[in-house]
Amino acid sequence: MKKAFPILAVLTAILLSYALYLALVWAPTEQTMGNVQRIFYYHVPSAWTAFILFFINFVASLVYLIKRRPAADIIALVTAEVGVVFCTVVLITGPIWARPVWGIWWTWDMRLTSTLVLWLIYVSYLFLRRFSSGGQTPLLAAALAVLGALCVPFVYFSIWFFRTQHPQPVMGGGGSIDPRMLHVLLINWLAFSCFAFLVCWARYRLEKLQRDVDEAHAMESLLNPRGSVR
Amino acid sequence: MTPPSGITRVTLLKDLRLEWRSKDAINSMLFFSLLVVVVFSFSFDPSAEESRQIAGGLVWVAFLFAAVVALNQTWAREIRNQVLDAYRVSPAPANALFMAKTLGNFIFVSVLEALMTPLFIVFYRLRALGPSWPLLLVAALGTWALVVNGTFFAAMSLRTRSREIMLPLLLFPISIPALLAMVQATTAILNGEGARFWIVLLATYDLVFTTVCLLLFETILNAE
Repeated sequence: MKKAFPILAVLTAILLSYALYLALVWAPTEQTMGNVQRIFYYHVPSAWTAFILFFINFVASLVYLIKRRPAADIIALVTAEVGVVFCTVVLITGPIWARPVWGIWWTWDMRLTSTLVLWLIYVSYLFLRRFSSGGQTPLLAAALAVLGALCVPFVYFSIWFFRTQHPQPVMGGGGSIDPRMLHVLLINWLAFSCFAFLVCWARYRLEKLQRDVDEAHAMESLLNPRGSVR
Repeated sequence: MTPPSGITRVTLLKDLRLEWRSKDAINSMLFFSLLVVVVFSFSFDPSAEESRQIAGGLVWVAFLFAAVVALNQTWAREIRNQVLDAYRVSPAPANALFMAKTLGNFIFVSVLEALMTPLFIVFYRLRALGPSWPLLLVAALGTWALVVNGTFFAAMSLRTRSREIMLPLLLFPISIPALLAMVQATTAILNGEGARFWIVLLATYDLVFTTVCLLLFETILNAE
């Protein structure tokens, strides 16, 4: 397993640079938006990756609640962390694109709003993990993750109805997309997913190591109460 | 053995009696929401027509903030003298305790709403354009949505450092859809429009989150 990590890292680096080349050079320039549209190749794959990570977080939290496996808790933690990073990328690249195209940085559109709420939910999850101490953290966090994930459909439906009642600048969607653009998008998504997986893996190993060290320290002070004073 | 409903009733009555004698929660909530009303009216200075548009949001934000005050005190009482630990080792079902606390908070926040609503009407010159009785339904469902999650998250934040700050950080993001539904339903009713979608959404939200909180509460209570 340990040998696979550098190999995957190199592959991801190659894939990411290839995806960058495709997105910036190879992909055709969009007719009306021009080069600004190229941010789409980072925005959309980040969003998909973030949603997948949040979904994994939900599943891992459920597994933890049922089976109480520490590995599931670590997976939940790292997917939430990396998911929040990707979600942040989505929320930052979105306005950068929106400003020249819509003329505004932000609008309370359905997708923007629900992504923002999703981001808020998972940031609060990370806050809980940070502020709670001791062995109960995984359980509390898993419970919050389940509630947060259940909240997502409500967020989506409520904002969908809210915004269809009050029309807003429409999202550029619909219509057909150039097959080359779709190709670039999918390659970028693959590259981003590999990158996310790689980061999650590294973070997983780090967290595992940290927990092993903490456990060793605890054991040492139990077995050797006087010697542990430093 | 006492049935779960009996435990719920006894705990609820104990909380109500404590609150009746001290009036800690209700007084602080009342004063807090009064402050919110006054500060908001200075910040916006709305006309009657504008009031109708923003009142739904105003009222619910004030109640949400005030509810956090009561929710934070829910479990604090049980920490003193290790009451919660005693409850944990007793064979009493955890959900009976959770229901008692949720019902207690529901009653406190409902009393607050009943007392504050006339003040809102006077200060913001509110007058509904259609029948206003559906507001009662919205208030009941909305309050339940706030307190069921709030009681659960208050129990959760007991185990964290700086628990008073933790509760709103956990409660607000999850409550956003419920809050949106309450605000939209209230505004629609005040403007004499239908609010069926929002009421159904709110009822579903209540149902789902009550079920999940009941499923998970025992785990949270015994988390160690």
